[in-house]
Amino acid sequence: MIRVSFLSNLINGISLGSVYAIIALGYTMVYGIAKMLNFAHGDVIMIGAYISFCVTQYLGLPAWVSILASMLVCTLLGMTIERLAYKPLRSAPSLAVLITAIGMSYFLQNVAQLIWGANPKSFNSVVAMEPLRLFGGQLIITDEAIVTVLTCVVIMICLTLFTEKTKMGKAMRAVSEDKGAAQLMGINVNMTISVTFAIGSALAAIAGVLLCSTYPALMPTTGSMPGIKAFTAAVFGGIGSIPGAMLGGILLGVIEIFGKSYISTELGDAIVFAILIILLLVKPTGLLGKKVNEKV
Amino acid sequence: MKKMTKFVAIVLAMMLVLSMGSVAAAEGALKIGFIGPLTGAAAVYGTSAMQGGQIAVDEINALGGLQIEFLTQDDEHAPDKSVNAYDYLMQQGVQVIVGCVTSSPCVAVADYAFEERVFMLTPSASSTAVTEGRDNVYQVCFSDPAQGSASAQYIGMNGLATKVAVIYNNADAYSTGIYQTFMAEAANQPFEVVSESTFTDDTTDFSVQVKAAQDAGAELIFLPIYYTPASMILKQADSMEYDCQFFGVDGMDGILTMEGFDTSLAEGVMLLTPFSADSTEERSAKFVSEYKTKYGETPTQFSADTYDCIYILYDAMQKAGLTAESSYEEVCEALIAFMPTYSHDGITGSPMTWNEKGEVSKTPMAVVIENGVYVGK
Repeated sequence: MIRVSFLSNLINGISLGSVYAIIALGYTMVYGIAKMLNFAHGDVIMIGAYISFCVTQYLGLPAWVSILASMLVCTLLGMTIERLAYKPLRSAPSLAVLITAIGMSYFLQNVAQLIWGANPKSFNSVVAMEPLRLFGGQLIITDEAIVTVLTCVVIMICLTLFTEKTKMGKAMRAVSEDKGAAQLMGINVNMTISVTFAIGSALAAIAGVLLCSTYPALMPTTGSMPGIKAFTAAVFGGIGSIPGAMLGGILLGVIEIFGKSYISTELGDAIVFAILIILLLVKPTGLLGKKVNEKV
Repeated sequence: MKKMTKFVAIVLAMMLVLSMGSVAAAEGALKIGFIGPLTGAAAVYGTSAMQGGQIAVDEINALGGLQIEFLTQDDEHAPDKSVNAYDYLMQQGVQVIVGCVTSSPCVAVADYAFEERVFMLTPSASSTAVTEGRDNVYQVCFSDPAQGSASAQYIGMNGLATKVAVIYNNADAYSTGIYQTFMAEAANQPFEVVSESTFTDDTTDFSVQVKAAQDAGAELIFLPIYYTPASMILKQADSMEYDCQFFGVDGMDGILTMEGFDTSLAEGVMLLTPFSADSTEERSAKFVSEYKTKYGETPTQFSADTYDCIYILYDAMQKAGLTAESSYEEVCEALIAFMPTYSHDGITGSPMTWNEKGEVSKTPMAVVIENGVYVGK
């Protein structure tokens, strides 16, 4: 019984962590390439979930259409945000960009409240399969957990292939290493950054749908706490690193669930952040982050 | 002589006009102000409260005689907005306030109303902080402590379970208040509390809390919380295939009207409430059918509480010798003296009486959700 309980907690942790990981990928890619923290990322997730909710609930279309629609809307939204709010500040001090991102986050929350109201909506799961029953029904793995973890792994593999094998991926790595040199080599930096935002926001839409399928209350503030946790995950794994975001996200989810179940439900978040502080003291670049020496 | 006749006629005509005026003044309209969240996160509560009040106002105004002018203001469940709403209503010359619907705005407004001597009757702000130290604020709903101990008594008396788990929000005064009195009363009851776990406003994952209850073998989970986290707990228990009885308090009311909510998840959920919409009692049934006709939805206990508020004020103000002409200070002093001696038969309790602190005394009852509607137990 205790072992089943442990397994069940582990699975819940990995499932929660996979959502953090997908969100963290968006943070880490944008940071790696544009060297900015896009704090509005969590709110793009919320918008994605609302779009999916509207498509299934008001238009009565199937779940997969709603996911495509929300990916499309979020991609356009992400690129628009980048074009309107961040691009004009590309040469501004990083603090100005950070404040703009926080402002954008509040802007999106308030727009969502205007459009959809502050009343929480109950999100119906987009996954409708039978859960997996093990040990004679003692251990139940929900269909949402299975789909979330699989999606996370697939996205991770695709992204790695994309950055390693494609021309665009190579351009991204070049821009992330040295923006100026990349431009001199004929890489369209603005275009590369736009594509990064597009991919990050499409991932945010998927994360939003998966997040709300597992935890069904949808409000204009739905994205903010998972957004902060995912940012933590990205730092944990080493910001700028794609496998790091994945590892950080899953570890964070597992630590959170274990902390809550074996230590205290009240201290769950405190434990997560305490471990982050200790890790950063020991390894300031995060688990898989690379130390980059400033060349003089 | 002709002149005289003309003079008499004019005098008579004037008297007639004046007397008509005085009749109208004697009847007139009581000005009642309502404050509640009509938009924002708690809009479900405020809107159904306002609509319930409106039904009572329409009924009374259809009777003829003394009329009611019902002025409503939105507070978005925010204390500062609530005080603005109160100021606006006082400028409009209201004599008495029905509200606020939720506790923290109500405390903010009560501070001002206490200073300015305005009588407040709240339909649903259940925190003790609302009435504490103020002689001018009365409640129609149970106070939070009363809800906690009444829930424990109800579970014990009806033998609903022998092993009980509690999940509450320890970042919320409403939730912890009920939790504490529940635990105090549970010690005297024939059931055991086997698991207690907490969450905060930002919590989305409830797997640990529900799992703890399941591992402890709880047959019933007591949820002294609002309906948004409750909806996630129900979903979590469902995906774990954990079949247990859920027992909520007034914060659970509203779960069925949450947009997109799969009501089958709430099947069998019980909640402590003073009002059930399927009641066969004549006045409740009439209220429910009028409400359904007018608004196309089923009234909640918030609607019923506010409906009672309007009738209590209409009746008590007349019995205390108040009229449409009384100033708000006169209304306040007269009602403070009168309310502790007053007994009202309403749809949320009959009889309802009040102590001098403004707390109501009435019998609790529970409803269970069956096929997406509340059914009396």
